[in-house]
Amino acid sequence: MSNTPDTVSKTMAPSASSTAVQAVNNLNAEALYTVLLAGMKSILSNSDQAIRLVGVASGGVWLAQRLQQDLGLDGDIGVISSNMHRDDFAKRGLSATNTQTKLPFEVNGAHVWLIDDVLYTGRTLRAVLNELFDFGRPHSVKLAVLIERPGYKQLPVSADLVAGLADLPPQQSLELTLTADKQLAFDVQTVQDLRDV
Amino acid sequence: MRIQRNPQLNSNGELIHLLSTEGLSKNMLTHMLDTAANFVSVSSRDVKKVPLLRGKSVFNLFFENSTRTRTTFDIAATRLSADVINLDIAKSSASKGESLLDTIDNLAAMAADIFVVRHGDSGAPYLIAQHVAPHVHVVNAGDGRHAHPTQALLDMYTIRHFKGDFTNLSVAIVGDVLHSRVARSNIHALTTLGCPDVRVVGPKTLVPQDFSHLGVRVCHDMAEGLRDVDVVITLRLQNERMSGALLPSAQEFFKSYGLTTQRMQLAKPDAIVMHPGPINRGVEISSEVVDGPQAVILSQVTFGIAVRMAVMSIVASHEA
Amino acid sequence: MKLLIKAGQVIDPTSGLNAVQDVAIASGRVVAMGAVTADFTPDRVIDASGCIVAPGLVDLCARLREPGFEHESMLESEMSAAVAGGVTSLVCPPDTDPVLDEPGLVDMLKSRAEKLHQARVFPLGALTKGLKGEVLTEMAELTESGCIGFGQADQPIVNTQVLQRCLQYAASFGYSVWLRPQDFWLGQGVAASGPLATRMGLSGVPVVAEVIALHTIFEMLHSTPVHVHLCRISSAAGLALVKAAKAQGLPVTCDVSVHNLHLIDVDMGYYDSRLRLEPPVRQQADRLALRAGLADGTIDALVSDHNPVEADAKNLPFAQAEPGATAVELLLSLAIKWANEDQVPLSRALAVLTSGPASVLGNSLGSLQSSLGQLAIGGVADVCIYQPTAYWEVCDANLRSQGKYTPFGGYELPAQVRATVVNGYVAFDASKEGA
Repeated sequence: MSNTPDTVSKTMAPSASSTAVQAVNNLNAEALYTVLLAGMKSILSNSDQAIRLVGVASGGVWLAQRLQQDLGLDGDIGVISSNMHRDDFAKRGLSATNTQTKLPFEVNGAHVWLIDDVLYTGRTLRAVLNELFDFGRPHSVKLAVLIERPGYKQLPVSADLVAGLADLPPQQSLELTLTADKQLAFDVQTVQDLRDV
Repeated sequence: MRIQRNPQLNSNGELIHLLSTEGLSKNMLTHMLDTAANFVSVSSRDVKKVPLLRGKSVFNLFFENSTRTRTTFDIAATRLSADVINLDIAKSSASKGESLLDTIDNLAAMAADIFVVRHGDSGAPYLIAQHVAPHVHVVNAGDGRHAHPTQALLDMYTIRHFKGDFTNLSVAIVGDVLHSRVARSNIHALTTLGCPDVRVVGPKTLVPQDFSHLGVRVCHDMAEGLRDVDVVITLRLQNERMSGALLPSAQEFFKSYGLTTQRMQLAKPDAIVMHPGPINRGVEISSEVVDGPQAVILSQVTFGIAVRMAVMSIVASHEA
Repeated sequence: MKLLIKAGQVIDPTSGLNAVQDVAIASGRVVAMGAVTADFTPDRVIDASGCIVAPGLVDLCARLREPGFEHESMLESEMSAAVAGGVTSLVCPPDTDPVLDEPGLVDMLKSRAEKLHQARVFPLGALTKGLKGEVLTEMAELTESGCIGFGQADQPIVNTQVLQRCLQYAASFGYSVWLRPQDFWLGQGVAASGPLATRMGLSGVPVVAEVIALHTIFEMLHSTPVHVHLCRISSAAGLALVKAAKAQGLPVTCDVSVHNLHLIDVDMGYYDSRLRLEPPVRQQADRLALRAGLADGTIDALVSDHNPVEADAKNLPFAQAEPGATAVELLLSLAIKWANEDQVPLSRALAVLTSGPASVLGNSLGSLQSSLGQLAIGGVADVCIYQPTAYWEVCDANLRSQGKYTPFGGYELPAQVRATVVNGYVAFDASKEGA
């Protein structure tokens, strides 16, 4: 299902506070997940803080579920929606997806890992952070993504763990999907309206 | 000046004003209920605000008194981070003879984005909606006997919450249907959402046969009207009805049409009881039923805030 | 002034004349039709080729809002609207401000109207003082001042004893009584009762309000024969009662307004206050019956029910808006539109505007009775010349009336008046108006 256009492969050193993870050249989501999981395992083994995984709706939710299971963590993942804090409400209204924020843990003092499929402009992340802080005051918030699209960030936010980079032109959108046999896969679409990216 | 298309919708078919549940598609009504579901959870957070209407001004224009409806709109708008201005029309310029449209013009000049309007004349919000600038939205909080769309939406939300699917429900609306904007809006919403059996129940003076044209069953006998229903919606009986030769007394009304525990036995055992408020205990409904396990009246109030948040966010997000 | 109307298609419903011929007018009278002798030297010639030359229209209900609105020059604007619509005679109802219940007021109105040299104005006097339905007016005095009959406009007499006495008093002198049949109590609504009013949450006027009032009037007429003209029949049931009453020989005539002829309740759309009318427009079956009744003669006249309501009184929620619409300039066009749609013969369509209303006025017209509403040699020269196939748009710019609110706003209507002659004088000439 996923197209693999020409991507510029880069290996980029992630920010200093996280474990170095190397990029891959293609958009094989399952392969990227393996890298992400390895990275998370490494991080957890180096610290004894109890972390809570929170999937960013909607692409990050499957990832968070898989990680929760594969990391053997207790309890349920949280789900967080950017709906209520989006900055493009006046243009787009409320999104059609019905996913609501559900955080089944005490946010105050928590060590939260946000899990998302793609880090692009950073606006979703900003909205998600505002949403999270409506629920309480976490001790720390970190971000793990499968893919970062470098060069397009519009806000000073960054991911602590990146499985891979993808250099796609703005006319193309990248979305994580589940195949019929429950495998993760990336879907690349050409967008008609740049406002939709 | 002639309005050609549904004034609630822009040319893309998106909702820019909420004036009536009549003429809105099932998808649109369902979308509003789904959006409201998002907002129900906001009310249980610590921070009960979201910034969706930040910077917008919501003017509550109530030409008819109603502290409760106005308060819920006030809370809903505040939770969306809007600035709320409440206009006490009785004391204001309108009572000094200023025309409705002049009042609107003056307020619009103060940069209103949303007018929430309650007015004693059927059709008044349509006049206003035609008249305002393109970026201004009108939400009807009740016009004469014609419509009360947000009440209908919160009633539908309540029914969906407790009963799920509309397509196999029986719903009875009991009381002064003739004068009720709640009844009309509920009837349109229920029939649009696919409810196959909607009944209106009351004496002939208050429940005329004409209502059958709206797709409902007209009943003048509570036994027929309540039999096996899943939902009973009781309407408020106003004192004026006694003076207009429509009813002899509140006691007689209660005797024949009051919703009592005994009459509730006609309905399904898990039927729910609703009321738009304010309640006249002992007139349209007994205290026992109001305080009993089948009444979901307080849930209606809670859902009312979420529904109004949904309505205001939806109309504000569409351009004329 | 000698006037020659050349080569028009002359139609006179009374005589059945329908031919292309010339009409010669002198000293306010028609002196020749058809064979106009060569020695007739006109001061003015109107080329009516391609036009219909009909008797001037007689509108049995057009409000001039005077007395009451002198400061807005309503008389001037409404009178010029009337002749622009081909109307050469009009009846104005007594609901002026003050009410037309004093001879002095009638004198003043008639003399001011006469000075304009436009349509003839036939005032209806008030049947009761102030239209309050309590005390009789001085009908003899009012008739002397020029009233052609007595009515209550839109304010029914509630007290049946008073109504009976009004009829008896009028009968003593042979005066006509003009009544709009609507029961006071049942007629309090703002729209026609029915599924639409129920859905829209508007208080309704049921058909029974008209039916009860008609029954009351007819019962009284059995014992007190007097000419009653029933104004603005609105329902099929009411029309059936009128038909039966006429069959019984009761001295009744009736009219219908252009609004009830063309529109129904659903036309109000989303509370369009231009459809706030009295009587309200009813349902399809009523409209059908009224159209048939106008065609077959059960209804004697079509009226404009002209009411130049101002913007402030219409820009209100439906129930608060003042009822009424501007219509005198649309009367001819709406009659032709009806005739075209229902294939009514042109002579009948013109009859309901000319000879029909003239015969309703009957001997209250005095010497005019013999020829008003007709085109006949020796008769009064009141003429309407119009182009049947010219369409015009109903819009503010095309209306001379100060009232711009009509439910027909935006419509394209057939029949444009080219010239109107009153008493041999050209009161309106479209070519001079840049129309």
